[in-house]
This record gives sequence, C-alpha cells and structure tokens, in this order.
Amino acid sequence: MGGSAKPHGRLWTWLDERVGLAELEKLVKKKEVPVHRHTVWYYLGGMTLFLFMIQVATGILLLFYYRPSAEEAYESVQFLMAEVEFGWLIRSIHSWASNLMIFTLFIHLFSVLLLKAYRPPREVTWLSGIGLLGVGMGFGFTGYLLPWNELAYFATKVGTEITGVVPLVGPFLGRLLRGGDEVTGATLTRFYGIHVAVLPLLTTLILGLHLFLVQKHGMSVPPGVERAGGARRTMHFLPNFLLRDLVGWLSALAILAALAAYYPTELGQKADPFAPAPIGIKPEWYFMFMFKTLKYLPSYILGIEGEIVGVVGFGMGGLVLLLIPFLDRRTARGEPSRLFTWIGIAIILYMIALTYLGYTEVATQ
Amino acid sequence: MRGLVALAWLALVGIAALPAPAAAQQQRPESCAACHLETGDERLANPVKQFGEDIHSAKGFGCVACHGGDAREAGMEAMDPAKGYIGKPERRQVLQVCGRCHSDARFMKQYNPALRVDQVTEYATSVHGRRLREFGDPKVATCVNCHPAHSIKPPSDPRSSVHPLKVADTCGRCHGDPKYMEAYKIPTDQLAKYRQSVHWRLMSVKGDLSAPTCNDCHGNHGAAPPGISWVGNVCGQCHTVQAEFFGKSPHAKVFAQMGVPGCATCHSNHEIKEATDAMLGLADQAVCAGCHAAADKGGKAAADMRALIDSLGGEYDKARAILLQAERAGMEVSQAQFDLNGAKDALVKARAAVHAFAVAAVKKETEPGLTISAKAYARGVRALEELQFRRKGLAVSLVIILAVIAGIVVKIRQLDRKEQRTPSP
Amino acid sequence: MAEETLDREPTRRGFINWFLGTSAVAFLLSVFYPVGRYLIPPPVAESTAGTVTLPLKAEDVKPNTGQIFKFGNRPAILVRTTAGELRAFSAVCTHLNCTVQYRPDLGHIWCACHNGHFDLNGKNIAGPPPRPLDPYVVNVRGRQIVVSKSA
Ligand code: HEM
Ligand code: FES
Repeated sequence: MGGSAKPHGRLWTWLDERVGLAELEKLVKKKEVPVHRHTVWYYLGGMTLFLFMIQVATGILLLFYYRPSAEEAYESVQFLMAEVEFGWLIRSIHSWASNLMIFTLFIHLFSVLLLKAYRPPREVTWLSGIGLLGVGMGFGFTGYLLPWNELAYFATKVGTEITGVVPLVGPFLGRLLRGGDEVTGATLTRFYGIHVAVLPLLTTLILGLHLFLVQKHGMSVPPGVERAGGARRTMHFLPNFLLRDLVGWLSALAILAALAAYYPTELGQKADPFAPAPIGIKPEWYFMFMFKTLKYLPSYILGIEGEIVGVVGFGMGGLVLLLIPFLDRRTARGEPSRLFTWIGIAIILYMIALTYLGYTEVATQ
Repeated sequence: MRGLVALAWLALVGIAALPAPAAAQQQRPESCAACHLETGDERLANPVKQFGEDIHSAKGFGCVACHGGDAREAGMEAMDPAKGYIGKPERRQVLQVCGRCHSDARFMKQYNPALRVDQVTEYATSVHGRRLREFGDPKVATCVNCHPAHSIKPPSDPRSSVHPLKVADTCGRCHGDPKYMEAYKIPTDQLAKYRQSVHWRLMSVKGDLSAPTCNDCHGNHGAAPPGISWVGNVCGQCHTVQAEFFGKSPHAKVFAQMGVPGCATCHSNHEIKEATDAMLGLADQAVCAGCHAAADKGGKAAADMRALIDSLGGEYDKARAILLQAERAGMEVSQAQFDLNGAKDALVKARAAVHAFAVAAVKKETEPGLTISAKAYARGVRALEELQFRRKGLAVSLVIILAVIAGIVVKIRQLDRKEQRTPSP
Repeated sequence: MAEETLDREPTRRGFINWFLGTSAVAFLLSVFYPVGRYLIPPPVAESTAGTVTLPLKAEDVKPNTGQIFKFGNRPAILVRTTAGELRAFSAVCTHLNCTVQYRPDLGHIWCACHNGHFDLNGKNIAGPPPRPLDPYVVNVRGRQIVVSKSA
C-alpha cells in the first residue's frame, strides 16, 4: 500500500504542509515489531512509559494542593485527603503507580538484559536506560519524604546517612542532599525541588534519547531467535502493536484504580525529629535489597568498615551493569554468551532473596 | 599527747591563717574539722565529711552554729561548755537548735524569704511532737530523723531525704518497721500499700512529682492522720470536683453520723487503686453493694448511675471503633475524632458526678456525651458509606475499562483476520 | 456463504466501532470526572497548618469567656479577658493531658481533673501542672479570628 495515495481531509493537508505529517505517517507505517516467542517483553517499556505519564499527570494535580515546608507539608496532604474531593484517589494513584512503574522498569531492564538487546548498535539505548533507572529510583526516594510523615522521615534519615558513607565525597554528598547536617525542613525543600523540577527535566532528556534510539534502531530480535532461523514474522506497530499496548495500559489503570480504592495510601503520624525512631523502619521495597545487604555485612571487612565496602560494592555493581554492553564481547560478536545470562539471573535471584528476607525477618532494632 | 596535737594544729592554723584575713577565718572555723578528721574515728570524722554537701554549709554556716563552742580555739578549749558548747544536742534540744533560726522570720528572710517559719509550731501539733512533749518518747521523730543532720538538702534536690520520691522511704524507715512500731499498736503496712497505689505509680513511673506522697495528706511537720471529718478536704485538694459533689451529697452527712471517713470508705487510703466503673453499682466488685441492696433507693440509684455510665462508655467506644475503622480504611476522620473527645470529657465528668450520688447529676453529663457520640458515630457511618461509594465508583469504572478492553480485543482479532486474508508484502 | 459474510461484515464492524467509541467516551468521562471534581476548590479553602481561622466571629466571643477549638489535631482554648483582649493557648493540661477550661468565676483557666490553675498568660499558678500552657498568637482579621503558632 503506498502511503501517499490515501485520501486525507483538508485539515490534514493544511497541517501536512506546515508540520510535515506525511513524513511522520510514513515513519509510523514503516515501523514493524518482530513477532516471536519473546514478543511479550516488548510491551514492558511501553508500560513503563504509560505509568510514567500517569505519574506526570497525577503529580501535576498534587502540586495544586501540596505545600513544600516542614510546617505545612503534612497538613497540606492531610487536607488533600480529607477535604479535597477525590484527593485520596489522585494521591493513592500517584503512590501506587510509582511503585508499579519501578516494578515494570526492573522487569523491562532484566528482559533487555536476558534477551541481550543491549548488543551493538543499541549500547547507547542501554546506557540511557540505566540513566532512566537511576532517575526512577531518584523519583521514588525523593517523593517518599514529601508527605513529611514519621516513616518517611526516618527512612530518609537512614537513606541519606548511607550516602555519607561513600569514601571521600560521602560526607559532602550527604550534606548536599540533606541541605544541612540533619534531615530538616531544608531537606524537604531540596527533595521537593529535585522531585518536581530536576528529575522531570532529566527524564525528559534521557527518555527522549531513549525513545529516539528505539525508533532509530527498531526492536532487536533476540540472538537465540535469530540463530534458530526460520521465517521472520512481524506485525505493524500501528495499529496492531499499539492496540495491544492499549489493552495492557487499560489493565494497568484498572489495577491502579482498584488498589487506590481498596488500599488508599496512608498518611501516618507527622514527622517529629525529636521523637525516637519507630521500630522496623523500612525503605521503599526497591531499596530493600541494598538496605538488607548493608545490614548483613560484618562491621569490618579486611579492616575497612563494612558499610563502606557495601556502598562501594553497590557502586561497582552499578558500574558493571552500566558497562555490560561493552563487557559482553561474545554477544557483540554474535556468539552465545552463557556467562552474561547467568550474571543476569544471579542478580535477579539476589535481589529477590534479599528483598524477601527484608520483609520476613523480624525487626529487632 | 593532747598538747602535741594542739601544737601541731596551732602550727597548721598559723600557716593557713597567714594569708587569710581574720574575717574569713571567723566565718570558716576550721579547727573542729581538723581534729575530727584527724582522730581516725569514723564516728567523729563522718559529720565533717558529710557537712560539705549540706545546705547550711553552702550558706556559710559552720559547726558552731548548732553545736556552740569556739572554733577559733585550737585545742579542746574550743568545746568548753562555758563558751556555749552543747555537744550532740539531745532529743528535745534538737527542736530548740533548729528552731532558733528556723522560727525566726526576720533571720530566715535573709536567706530564703519564701521559706516558712512555722515548722516548730507545727511539730508541736504532730503526733511526734505531742508524744515527745508529753511522754518524752525517745522513739518519735524529731527534725534530724527526716532531715539527717550534717547532710541536709532542700526538698527540690533529688538526693534529699525529703524529695517527693524519697519521702515514702523516709517515713517508712520507722513506720514500715513492725519491730520498731510494736509498742504503738498501729499498722506498719502503709508503705507497702502505698507502693501499690495509683499515686505512687504516677510518681515513680510517670515522674509526676505532684502526685501525693505521705506528707501531702498527713502534713509533714504537723504529721498526723487526717481526722475522719477532713479526709475529704485532703483528697479534695486535687480531686476538687469529686469533693464538691460529695460535700453536697446525702453520703456526706450519713458518713459523718456513722463515723466513717468520706473518700476512704470506698477508695481506701494508702493503696488507692485506679477508680473503675466496676466500683459503681451492685455487681461483684461494686463498693455500693457493701451497704445497699437492689431493693433500696440507694441501690437503685447506684444501678441506674452505672447503667448511664456504661451506656455512654459503650456509645463512646462504638463511635471510636467505627472512626478507627474508617481511618484504617484510609478515610480522613480527624475532625470527627477530635469532636469525639467531647464525649470522652463527658464520660470523665459523669464519673466525677457519681460522687453526688444522685442519678440526675450523672444524667446531666451523660446526655450531651451521648449526643456527641451519636454524631461521631454517624460520621463514622458516613465515612464508611463514602468508602462503599468509592467501591461502587470503582466498579463502574472497571466495567467501563473492561468494555474498552473488550472492544479493542475484538478490533485486534478483526485486524489479524483481515491480515491473514490479505498477506502483507 | 461468501455473500453472507460480505453482507454481515459492515454492520458488525459498525457495531464494534460504535461500542468502542461509546465505551471510550465513557472511559474519558470516568477519568475526567474525578479530575474535574478534584480541581474544584473545597469549601474549607486552606489547610490548617500553622494557622487556623476559627469558625467564630470576633464579636461573638464575649469578654470573660473561653472557647475550645481544634488546632491541628489537638484542642486549644481561646479566651477573651474581662479587659476584652483575645488570647489563645494549648488546651492540653501539662499535668495529665486533660482539656482545660475557662472559669468565668475565677477569671482564669482551670483544669477540672486535679484542680490545676493557669493564669491568663498560661502560667501554672496552682495545683499539679508542672509547666505553663503553650501560648499561641491571636490575630483579628476583619471579623475573623486567626490563631497561629508563635514563631
Ligand atoms: C522510565 C523508564 C523507561 C522507559 C519509560 C522506557 C521506555 C522504553 C520503550 C517505550 C521502549 C520500546 C519498547 C520496548 O522495548 O519495551 C524501550 C526499549 C528499550 N529500553 Fe527502555 N525504558 C525505560 C527504562 C529502561 C531501562 C532501565 C533500561 C535498561 C538499562 C532500558 C533499556 C532499553 C533497551 C535496551 C531498549 C531496546 C529494546 C529492544 O530494542 O528490544 N530502558 N524503552
Ligand atoms: S490533668 Fe490537669 S491537673 Fe491533672
């Protein structure tokens, strides 16, 4: 079917002359998605994108009532939940979707990792992806503090303390993040700025690059499927793939609505910096595996403080993850690379195991 | 030997005195201390050692202030009775020694204008004082038994024997000792009982130093058991509202005629437990049942008052529970919870009004409380209804979403079928 | 057979399109309805963080009276002195947390629980309370009474 031959309305022609819709149409029409037994994983990125959009929308709505100061933050959220119609819904969806987004983000990452989609020429797509992971976790970490309730306050205290452990720059970073020596109203203002201005800006840039590259390279076919040979099947992105995407998104929305109605986000007690820390403070679940690892480490390893070893270890781990496309030479050459498959599986198992332990072990301190 | 010590002392004093002006020496008569420390006899040395921390020492008083004598003398002459030396004051003398200053308003004013000066007068009214005066009883307490001579500290000092937390121990040293108290034929279980009381728990656990200890009811210098007729006044110091109700109640007159104390008849004295609703009415633990039966007028009133209090308590709990349930479900009900405090206040007031021993007085408090509870309960119900509404809203939107999904799925099928028929290039 | 499918196809497709369109519109409504309601300002326009505007008019508070109001999650007391001055304090007794009240006959604040007395500066003057009541700042803005935590 020749794209240009299709009749369009007057408005379309008018716009086309000024904006260049025809080229866009050609691009979209050309876009094909490979069909094979791993196609499901192609939906995860889109799902993450959808959830991110929900975050943007609900986040903007929350801004209408939220007040970023230690004196008013908690009260303004309480007001939102009590007085504003559907305030509970908007807030609950924002908080549930953030969790879901991080979850789909992780799955997206691991599917890309296991299907080796990072191999040339998609190294930069991978790099930008890791950037998005960092940004996503940053959103979670900074957003958690904003209601200024007890749990968030102490979790943030612990979280920022860990930053302080980083050798050399740690104490400085800790101060920079907290806006002082302690978690105070200054920290709240800072986190607010990061959450609603810095991170969205970064996300827009990195996500733009990410999506541009995905569009440029098209979807990768996993090496296993490529090697198996056989007839290549594809499906049109528009409308076939997008309609399927839509089904996923709507389902996600339904799940979000149900979660918000049955498990509205709690507010808890207002943070009191002078109160003793409540027992069993827990970070958000996606930080749990790191939190738990640091707890398990002995206080000294080879004469170095255990926490330092842990934090540096995670730093190195992150770096290795970032550089995987460049480390995995076999995949780059088109050969099977068992080692990296196992590395991926090991990371997944490690994270699941420690998260599990983090939630089942009784808090004693 | 004596001469030698005196000589050595003279030398010491001489050296010490050289740079010091004469006035200072008079203020700090060092000679008593020097010998008392030197003898090596603990009994003689201890008073000196302790005295450093004594409030009198801090205010600049020395040994001579109480014991007389002349500290400027280096030898035994310092303790010449001709110079007013009295040695260890004997029992009756103690009062004169302390009273010389402490009963002199003009003198005390120089040190602490707020301090009372009637301790000795009060003491005379106490059982301790009377026994000392009338029988010369050698076992009763005088000033120094509660304010240990040589280490006296103001009551605000936590180390003081008369700090609120220590008073019970101080009195209990004698009154809790059955052997010591044997001759007097009075109970010695007050300390043990007091330790069980709500007052001591407040004092020791919550650190509420305003909670009463022995002296708050018995007086301190004028220590005596409160007479039956004035127990109520003592308790009424803090429990004003109850005391006022009681004063106007039929019990006030009847108890007086019967010769039983007001508050203590139902609440006991030293081991006052936290008052509960169970004390009211005619059931098992109810104190009213001691005199009243279901048939008499008082018994009926007791049962009625209990019913009123129980109904308010029940309604309050019900409202609280539903608000809590709503809160747990994520609803914001803090205003309703706040307003419900009014019912809690009403309950407290109703419990106090019980001491009027009149159904009407209790009813006056429970009725507004019931109204408040009912309102709060209704708001809880509304919050839960709102929750139901949310769920209905959810159901509606889920149906809509499912419809869209179904539509899309059908559309996808259609597309696929079409593509199968016309294979794309 | 072939004719029949040809015949039925358009109406079926039409129905599906209609169904999809209607449910999509319903869906959009179900999204925009809560959002619209969310954006409508609620009746109480502001959260009561460090300040609360009392639901009373200044002239309705008579001299030598006191009134309990909600400040945050705790009770507070507004007093108009006999001289006509407005003052506000935390109404939580510093002894065992009973709610205090104004006693017109005494002309000061009183806690019924254990006969605690506070003067009109909030200072504990008699009875068990160990500390003064926390004072708040009262401002009258037109006919409104605005109470705030002192800076
Ligand atoms: C906010 C977070 C993210 C969003 C919104 C997002 C979005 C997307 C989208 C829409 C796609 C195309 C569909 C797909 O393959 O699933 C995609 C592909 C991709 N993403 Fe992400 N992504 C995010 C995070 C990440 C992360 C954390 C990584 C890994 C480090 C990553 C690596 C990739 C790669 C390598 C591809 C290409 C996959 C292929 O060609 O098969 N992305 N992303
Ligand atoms: S609670 Fe107010 S005086 Fe005891």
